[in-house]
Amino acid sequence: MNLLGIIEEIEKADPEFQDRISPRRAAIKNITSFGSKVAVAAMPFAFSTLLKKAYGQTATPSVNDVLNYALKLEFLESAFYNAGVASNISFSASEKAYLVTIQGHENAHVSFLQSVLGSAAVAQSTQGTNGTYDFTAGGTFGNVLTNADTYFAVAQAFEDTGVRAYKGQAGFLLGNKVVLTAALDIHSVEARHASAIRQVRRARGSATTKPWIVGANDTGIAAVNGNYAGEDNVVQGGVTITNLAGVSGNVSLNAATACFDEPLTSAQVVALVAPFGVK
Amino acid sequence: MKTENQLESANVNMARRSFLRYAGAGVAAVGVLTAASCSKNHDYIPPNTTAGVDLGATGDLAILNYAYALEQLEAAFYINVAAHMYTGASADEIALLTDIRDHEVAHREFFKTALGTNAIKALTPNFSAIDFSSRAKVLAAAQAFEDTGVAAYNGAGYLIKDAGYLLLAGKIVSVEARHASYIRNLVNPGSFADTTILDANGMDVAKTIAQVLPIANTYLTTKVSASNYGYVAS
Repeated sequence: MNLLGIIEEIEKADPEFQDRISPRRAAIKNITSFGSKVAVAAMPFAFSTLLKKAYGQTATPSVNDVLNYALKLEFLESAFYNAGVASNISFSASEKAYLVTIQGHENAHVSFLQSVLGSAAVAQSTQGTNGTYDFTAGGTFGNVLTNADTYFAVAQAFEDTGVRAYKGQAGFLLGNKVVLTAALDIHSVEARHASAIRQVRRARGSATTKPWIVGANDTGIAAVNGNYAGEDNVVQGGVTITNLAGVSGNVSLNAATACFDEPLTSAQVVALVAPFGVK
Repeated sequence: MKTENQLESANVNMARRSFLRYAGAGVAAVGVLTAASCSKNHDYIPPNTTAGVDLGATGDLAILNYAYALEQLEAAFYINVAAHMYTGASADEIALLTDIRDHEVAHREFFKTALGTNAIKALTPNFSAIDFSSRAKVLAAAQAFEDTGVAAYNGAGYLIKDAGYLLLAGKIVSVEARHASYIRNLVNPGSFADTTILDANGMDVAKTIAQVLPIANTYLTTKVSASNYGYVAS
């Protein structure tokens, strides 16, 4: 790997590269001088870490990055409920009322995030194809806007994923009274929605669906396995929940997985929602 | 008692160490807690009585104990509900309320184990104001507990200094919100996130420690104070 050659190439494309990595020059020197000693396999990793730092693609996004990420997800959700409510799917009156309530919240979340971000807000038109999403996710959910069961299944995946997405960002807003509290106040509403959609699916005959996530993917839909990856975790803060005393015997595996929701990273979420057109 | 046996096990001690990564801070906080209690009341408060407890010095241990107090209350409530199930409950209702009981007990035991010697004592609840034979009364109380729990976690999030603890609180609060949504729909279908609890932005309304503890204390014989967060139980 010709590291110095790569840096030269980057400088041609980005004359400010040296400025970007200015605080890291010592690191560059170290890499150069220790080049012969560092295992070849480790070099690409070390270099990519350096580039991530130079270009801000680190594990600590800015507050605006977090808010725009949230906004993109809220754009998707609001468009999904707007489409569902406007569709010809034969929802019952109570189902329709649930959807209208959630639709109102998702649209309000969009407006709120846009108002907070101001001119830094990403434009909805950048999403999907000129702002229009593919709710079938490339045909995976072909009848999503004509079949109520498919619609609610996708709604559940969106809500549960939304909860996981917000949760995964909380640490980046640590100690931020205004923004973290706002994010948490949205996060718990998404969880109320997720529970409500799950209640609807349970009432429609999906008997194994509970208002909470039991085990990993409890939807019965393999296409959303990724949305529930890791939800079967039973170790929290170093404590194995199934080793704790329950009411009779230890806490069950089902209860242990259901009583803690799990986060997703932005990279995981972006990959999950990309088929719908989120960019 | 099973729990005590578990607390003695090396396994759990290991777990506790990894949870309380800032063990030094933990030990220091206990000292401050005792000192604060003494200076506040000018006398020694013996342990294991119904005398009140204080969350102690500001910091993550206080917030974790705050959560532990609320989870103790919720667990005790649902244990009572399931043990004295009101008439007229559907099989589905009994199954899901039992699930909620098990979640709250797991949350309680989690905090107790994780906090270890830094944990506040077991609180004595007082549910004399709740008629457990009445579906309406039980569900109204459950709704209040769940909504208050959500508002409490949301309101305390920014006070947490450690990202790991914040994530744990986040993992629990969304489950409380799932409970709240379910209970609310039992009380009044469609009220899972209505305007009586959400603001105009479609967001939950966070509550401060000083707002939440007076509500919790109405159901506690052991009153919980947070003198360093602006609330002392009367």
